[in-house]
Amino acid sequence: MDLSYSPEEQAFRAEVRDFLETRLPKEMAAKVRQGHDHLSKADMEAWHAILNEKGWLAQNWPREFGGAEWNAVQRHIFEEEAARANAPRIVPFGLSMLAPVLMKFGSKEQQDHYLPRILDGTDWWCQGYSEPGAGSDLASLKTKAERHGDHYIVNGQKTWTTLGQYANWIFCLVRTDPTAKQQEGISFLLIDMDTPGIEVRPIILLDGTHEVNEVWFTDVKVPVANLVGEENKGWTYAKYLLTHERTNIAGVGFSQAGLEQVKRIARAERANGRPLIENPHFAARMAQVEIDLMALATSNLRIVSKAAAGGAPGIEASMLKVKGTVIRQEINDLARRAVGPYAMPFPSEAVEGDNDPIGPDYAGPLAAQYFNYRKLSIFGGSNEVQRNIIAQTLMGGRR
Amino acid sequence: MNFDLTEERQMLQDTLRRFLRDRYTTEERNRILNSDAGFSADIWAQLAELGVLGALFIETQGGFGGAGFDIAVVFEELGRAGVVEPVMDSAVLGGRLLAAAGRTDLVEEVIAGAAHLALAHGEPVSRYDLTHVETRLTADGGDLILSGRKAVVVNAEAAGHLIVSARESGGAADADGISLVLVPADVAGLTLRGYPMLSGGRAAEVTLDDVRLPASARLGDAGQGWALLSDTIALAHVALAAEALGAMESAVKLTIDYLGTRQQFGRPIGTFQALQHRVADMLIELEQARSAVIFAAGHLDGDTRTRDRHIAAARHLIGRVGRLVAEESIQMHGGIAMTQEYELAHIAKRIVMTDHRFGDTDYHLERFIALSAA
Repeated sequence: MDLSYSPEEQAFRAEVRDFLETRLPKEMAAKVRQGHDHLSKADMEAWHAILNEKGWLAQNWPREFGGAEWNAVQRHIFEEEAARANAPRIVPFGLSMLAPVLMKFGSKEQQDHYLPRILDGTDWWCQGYSEPGAGSDLASLKTKAERHGDHYIVNGQKTWTTLGQYANWIFCLVRTDPTAKQQEGISFLLIDMDTPGIEVRPIILLDGTHEVNEVWFTDVKVPVANLVGEENKGWTYAKYLLTHERTNIAGVGFSQAGLEQVKRIARAERANGRPLIENPHFAARMAQVEIDLMALATSNLRIVSKAAAGGAPGIEASMLKVKGTVIRQEINDLARRAVGPYAMPFPSEAVEGDNDPIGPDYAGPLAAQYFNYRKLSIFGGSNEVQRNIIAQTLMGGRR
Repeated sequence: MNFDLTEERQMLQDTLRRFLRDRYTTEERNRILNSDAGFSADIWAQLAELGVLGALFIETQGGFGGAGFDIAVVFEELGRAGVVEPVMDSAVLGGRLLAAAGRTDLVEEVIAGAAHLALAHGEPVSRYDLTHVETRLTADGGDLILSGRKAVVVNAEAAGHLIVSARESGGAADADGISLVLVPADVAGLTLRGYPMLSGGRAAEVTLDDVRLPASARLGDAGQGWALLSDTIALAHVALAAEALGAMESAVKLTIDYLGTRQQFGRPIGTFQALQHRVADMLIELEQARSAVIFAAGHLDGDTRTRDRHIAAARHLIGRVGRLVAEESIQMHGGIAMTQEYELAHIAKRIVMTDHRFGDTDYHLERFIALSAA
């Protein structure tokens, strides 16, 4: 047992911190610090470009593809420092979801064409997995692709497509063999969003934001060359992608940044003539979350250091996802509570536009974010699905 | 002991529930939520016509109800349907306060649906501290001069009159020295900055800049407004608790319905025992919440300490249960409940945001402890 970072790891942390101090634009950090999750497309692209220039955008990619090839501990250190500095999150769809699949299962032509375009920002990818009838039960998906010579004809509907409104490409799971058993008739297709027959419809979430979409496909022609790997083997690739989706799944850095925000607010707010941070009930709530988060941070490091040493994360990822989201949601509940009656205003664009904030400047987005972050325990495999994975792995039982 | 509603209250409940089920559909509510006014004048007129507003006042005030259980019956139904019309503000907070102060002319208009009111009490730094009033009221010859800022004043833009709390004497957090004044919305020196609220309806930040009023604008005696204010807010606590209860009933019903229809893994997800147990827990807690509303409403006319202790207990319990029901209902629905147009999203917001009016779960726990120790 040794809880300290190695000298190399400490030097790496110093380098990351220095980079963030000098290169992260102050206005961008201020937006993130205020809890404005919904950065503009231009903001997200600008941050990607800054990271790419340094060679730190594709953190988990091998060097041969232009990646940083960081190990799990390095990625963890970056995540912690980036959250502490209020850096925007890296948009994961191309970089950490599609890219690993292309590297392992894609053709040389696909790798040479798509990977550089992910790095330089030419392509913005979105994920075509979930369907209205296929959520937790993803393998029941119905969007079908029929082969006609050198093309597939795609028909169906995807949903919950995050930032699909910005994307020019979508990677999709489609059914290519309707007669096969569920998991065996699925293929992995890359589809140009400009193809005729694709329609993107916004879904407005309960906090008034537009971050997810429905994507409809009507007789969409997709070249067979856009098939990744083999036909009807898509489920294997999809599962491989999901293990990468779980990088940084505990979200320790983001929860730490969120808790710091709650503390700042609790120092500024007053309850019964005293700072809220001294209120015993609020302080107890805050302390309990902080204690949970300390344990989660250590759990995360235990698992991460095993992964750095070559061990593969199995059900640990599911455990980190459940606990990490519950803690993050508790922090958002605290933030909402902290601002009292000023949680009630709904800061729409029209109100915020050219006006001063309503109440304290930190209050605006907090209640809306509390509701928005209920998604954390629903998407990326709901917490119920994660518990099934844990229980089935440890206790056996029927699938 | 008798836990049945009287025949009159049963009729009121049936009538209101039927009306809201027919007229306050999800589509209609979404239309209202997206409107500039933030509520429907047409629905408001019909609530008045059905006697819903009159049921919130006692006979001597021109109504035909007004007891804790009348308020509870009405607000449970308003909560069930996710109604955003300002019944709380115009009728309970505004109307009942004016009625207690003897301003029957305006109260008649409120009951008829012809007048809106708002209580401008909270201030930018007062949080849930109800005696914290820094807005100043000073005498100037025969007139009164009012200056200060009021925060998150619900229904301020629609109100023809605002009831404003202001300090005439004492320290910033003293109960003594608070006066109440009736302020016409069009008076010089009054400005509103309006905005929508997360759970529907609208509120405003109110600035009072040397507002000149006749001495007759003062409600009750100088510096003696606290009793009037705290009695009225006690009614609002019962209303808020009942409204949250009604909204929770809707959330649980929507969840049970959804679990019965949503198919995953070849069967309705409601057949999974892991989810069934969570529904059972919600139902158990829902009955606890119902009992809390009943004991709060039933002690509304008791002595102040007994009343306030039961109110604090009810609002604390409903704050806890409300969060559980809102979050579990969303979670068991999955993504669909995260969308703005799905009914549960609005209902869940109504439940959770109740906890930000006149004290949250922690505030009421502290209050319960203090009242129990005294």
